[in-house]
Amino acid sequence: MSAHDHDHDHGSELSEMQLRVRALETILTEKGYVDPAALDAIVETYETKIGPRNGARVVAKAWTDPAFKRALLGDASKAIGTLGHVSRVGDHLIAVENTPQRHNMVVCTLCSCYPWEMLGLPPIWYKAAPYRSRAVKDPRGVLADFGVALPKETEIRVWDSTAETRFLVLPMRPPGTEGWSEEQLADIVTRDSMIGTGLPKVQP
Amino acid sequence: MNGVHDMGGMDGFGRVEVEANEPPFHHSWEGRVMAMSRAIGANGGVNIDAQRFSRESLPPPVYLASSYYKKWFLALQQLMIGRGMIGADEVAAGRALRTSPPLQRGTFSLKDVARVTVRGSFHRDVSTSPAFKPGDKVRAKNINPVTHTRLPRYVRGHVGTVERINGSHVFPDSAAHGNGENPQWLYTVVFSGRELWGADADPTLKVSVEAFEPYLDPA
Repeated sequence: MSAHDHDHDHGSELSEMQLRVRALETILTEKGYVDPAALDAIVETYETKIGPRNGARVVAKAWTDPAFKRALLGDASKAIGTLGHVSRVGDHLIAVENTPQRHNMVVCTLCSCYPWEMLGLPPIWYKAAPYRSRAVKDPRGVLADFGVALPKETEIRVWDSTAETRFLVLPMRPPGTEGWSEEQLADIVTRDSMIGTGLPKVQP
Repeated sequence: MNGVHDMGGMDGFGRVEVEANEPPFHHSWEGRVMAMSRAIGANGGVNIDAQRFSRESLPPPVYLASSYYKKWFLALQQLMIGRGMIGADEVAAGRALRTSPPLQRGTFSLKDVARVTVRGSFHRDVSTSPAFKPGDKVRAKNINPVTHTRLPRYVRGHVGTVERINGSHVFPDSAAHGNGENPQWLYTVVFSGRELWGADADPTLKVSVEAFEPYLDPA
């Protein structure tokens, strides 16, 4: 099993799911389908290397570099590909810009499609029924669950990720951040602000 | 298929509950399930569309009551049994009882990891031109296949506007069932909240879906 063990089962007893999953992994290994070390490497990648920090750096760059922002909104996969140090990103990424007139929110009503390379693995709420069912019908109600209230005239645009295109919300840069470095800006770009269920957080 | 996975617009699931500082996995087995699903998908020809269809095909009470990675586990195991890649007797025994032909791309090993941690391209060239262009009015077809589809119920029969052409992509409705990649033009189609949910809908709401050309008629 993985060395990065998050099990909450504190006793010595293995849970039913641990046993069932271990059995399947044993079978797949004995069949020669998978090398467990390669599974370890996948798990480790998503636990330690790929997370919302990747997306935050892209957003901070877009806030400070108008040419990059234009390129990002034109072809996000290509634009991010020029930032070798941020993240390798696959195809079909679309960046959508929040403005005073329009707020974007991303959902996958059918499963859990999410821009993994930019944000890491999706949180449970993104994959669960309350968000998937309500985001397309009552997005302001969903935003209220997150403590976010937008002006009543703001257009709410919900992007349902029903194909292999993926969406990254480019939030609005908060006032009071003039002159900040990209690193400082990246620190206030939350995961939820890039899904559209939150706003960047400036600490008072 | 018209399964419980197609949740857009359903009521009664309650408020969104956010877990602060959520870890990538809550149990180590969740990471193993994620990794096995990716590995078998990458080397075994059990593509993402087939895996999604297997998850959708779980009985509704199981789908609704299972945690996310438990659904992945049940779907992967069921799919591999269905394709003869493993046996139900082996699952019961917890070990391999016989040898099997190798995966199409061989054992998933360390050299393959980079390939699954970056998304591949679903773009495929087609010889046709797109039938629609941005600004065109389209109606989502009223289709109800029992097989895999990515056209959610809540837009079927409704009129929207083409906003973007996103290239030609592998068609999940075909690929999920071993019927080839059958690439199709893919569009972003935008619907008004009132078109989808009626006169009481939020007037500021617009919802888009990513729709393959076979899902659309001119309107």
